[in-house]
Amino acid sequence: MSQITAPERVAANKLAEAENRREHWEGEATTGHVVTGELDLSHNVILYLDDITVSFDGFRALNKLSLTIDAGELRCIIGPNGAGKTTMMDVITGKTRPDSGKAFFGQTIDLTRMTEPEVAHAGIGRKFQKPTVFERHTVFENLELAMKTDKRVRNTLFASLFDDQRDKISEVMKQIRLDKAADRVAGLLSHGQKQWLEIGMLLMQDPKLLLLDEPVAGMTDDETERTAELFVSLAGKHSLMVVEHDMTFVEALGGKVTVLCEGSVLAEGDLATVQADPRVIEVYLGR
Amino acid sequence: MRTPFTVRLFQSMPRTGWIALAVFAAITWIGIPVAHLVLPEGHALHVSAYTLTLLGKILCYMVVAVAMDLIWGYAGILSLGHGLFFALGGYAFGMYLMRQIGRDGSYGSDLPDFMVFLDWKELPWYWAGSDSFLWAAFLAMALPGVVAFIFGWFAFRSRIKGVYFSIITQALTYAAMLYFYRNETGFGGTNGFTNFKRILGYDITAPETRVMLFALSAALLIACLVLGRYLVTSRLGRILTAIRDAESRVMFIGYNPLHYKLFIWTLSAVLCGMAGALYVSQIGVINPSEMSPANSIEIAVWAAVGGRGTLIGAVLGAGIVNLAKSYFTVTVPEYWPFFLGFLFIAVTLYLPDGVVGLWRKLMTRKAGDSAEAAPQPARAAVEGKTGEISDTATKGASA
Repeated sequence: MSQITAPERVAANKLAEAENRREHWEGEATTGHVVTGELDLSHNVILYLDDITVSFDGFRALNKLSLTIDAGELRCIIGPNGAGKTTMMDVITGKTRPDSGKAFFGQTIDLTRMTEPEVAHAGIGRKFQKPTVFERHTVFENLELAMKTDKRVRNTLFASLFDDQRDKISEVMKQIRLDKAADRVAGLLSHGQKQWLEIGMLLMQDPKLLLLDEPVAGMTDDETERTAELFVSLAGKHSLMVVEHDMTFVEALGGKVTVLCEGSVLAEGDLATVQADPRVIEVYLGR
Repeated sequence: MRTPFTVRLFQSMPRTGWIALAVFAAITWIGIPVAHLVLPEGHALHVSAYTLTLLGKILCYMVVAVAMDLIWGYAGILSLGHGLFFALGGYAFGMYLMRQIGRDGSYGSDLPDFMVFLDWKELPWYWAGSDSFLWAAFLAMALPGVVAFIFGWFAFRSRIKGVYFSIITQALTYAAMLYFYRNETGFGGTNGFTNFKRILGYDITAPETRVMLFALSAALLIACLVLGRYLVTSRLGRILTAIRDAESRVMFIGYNPLHYKLFIWTLSAVLCGMAGALYVSQIGVINPSEMSPANSIEIAVWAAVGGRGTLIGAVLGAGIVNLAKSYFTVTVPEYWPFFLGFLFIAVTLYLPDGVVGLWRKLMTRKAGDSAEAAPQPARAAVEGKTGEISDTATKGASA
């Protein structure tokens, strides 16, 4: 046994104190006092869903769902209709409150206590199944409104675009291949272009985590392929969660796949493993 | 690089807009005053006191219509209770005008006549400060603003929208009307305020005072249009129209629609209050009938006839409907309600974008004849399409 010297003891005390403080702080986070703040990715996990249950009039849309997504990951979620994919996204974005369970963004941000705009500000962007862009605004205006900036009334009343913001908009317009259509009214875009515009609007918010609900629905094969390219290029810098039925698209993305069924995770792994799983085959082909 | 505010204010309106405003200012600040004060009676261009008051009244209505367009045309919130804010502004300023009567009332008392009649011995507490012009002017803006803010806070926070919101505003103005009809309320009951004598010590019926009030109404309208134009071309304006078209989407990109709706709603009420104050000073009477639901519906008709979401349409609509109204009520008064009803149906069915929409359609056709379709008509096409959808919604609401 080695003797503990005085300075060492001081250091140990300080460490314990720090531990205490940290515990205290994290404790507060879970009781909802700290809902926003910096995203803490110290464990390299961006999203924790733990034991989430949501029921509507007795129907369990989510049943003890647990899922984690790593920072920078590109994750696909598949599953039959009614598996709870959309409800899961509703829980993450603050639209639906879970009956029980925890949902954390990073280590510290408690999503179950936040409103929709707060979740958006924290860095989670969501693309809906049906593309909803502002039909009467131009492509440029759509992106401008989505831009990450001070979104309070007073600021928007006097706001004008800075050069770097203008650059950011042009950059995103190039990414989503709409740079030629900047002044086009969004209502006149093709279905696929609207989907891209909506993805562009997400990118303008500089989100850490992107939730994409059937992003290639209604796209041509060519558009689907280009979308896959875009997503793959985004992974790493952003984390993505993609809900999709189109298996060619899921294959093109090449990430880890999670299969949801009846409100909980049925299988997880790369696409080939999952497709070979007998339980998954049963769910998809029927009993 | 940030453009200075004044420059952006200037840029928010196209050149033709500024020219139109300048012409309007010249007519209302120089032309009509000269025609009323200088030209002798009987001269072909003489403007009578009756006409001046009528035009002044319509100017106030135009301000209300612009306020309505900001909230309905741009933010998509149909208020059927805007007459309340107009009347509140009128009452707040009317209190001052009542106090200016001094001892010249029928009873020669310091108290307004109706209070003497009710055998009240002193002014109720809420009449405190009503002898001050500045306080009254402030109150005429603050009272409608505060009422709108509180009502809006609860309504928008509970996410009450569309038809439900319209019905509640209608109920609100109706309830206020019943309350103001009571003598005990302390605002003159059924008769309201009238028989004003002075404003700021000047004779309120003197031609010079009338001209001054008329010119002020015109100034208010110009200010409203410039401010409105700035608002709707600012980012805030784009967010308002985005809330109108897809509110949940606006929330998901991180804006809180509550604050935006509350801002434009309260501003709209304040503008109505200012118009109400000028209206009372010129018409010389304010009573609870101004709060009747029919009046508020008429405000919505003005905006619809002119064309929603254009600002200038609201001005035109208020002008057209009110000129028609003063013609009908003088010549064939019994037909006015039928004409108003017909107008509303005709506009909903055949002119969903109002007079301005008709004008644009004609211009587009003309442009289409001479050249290839420009990108501008494309935008109009989309607007026309969504306009129809919202109109079916309002039709369903009124059915």
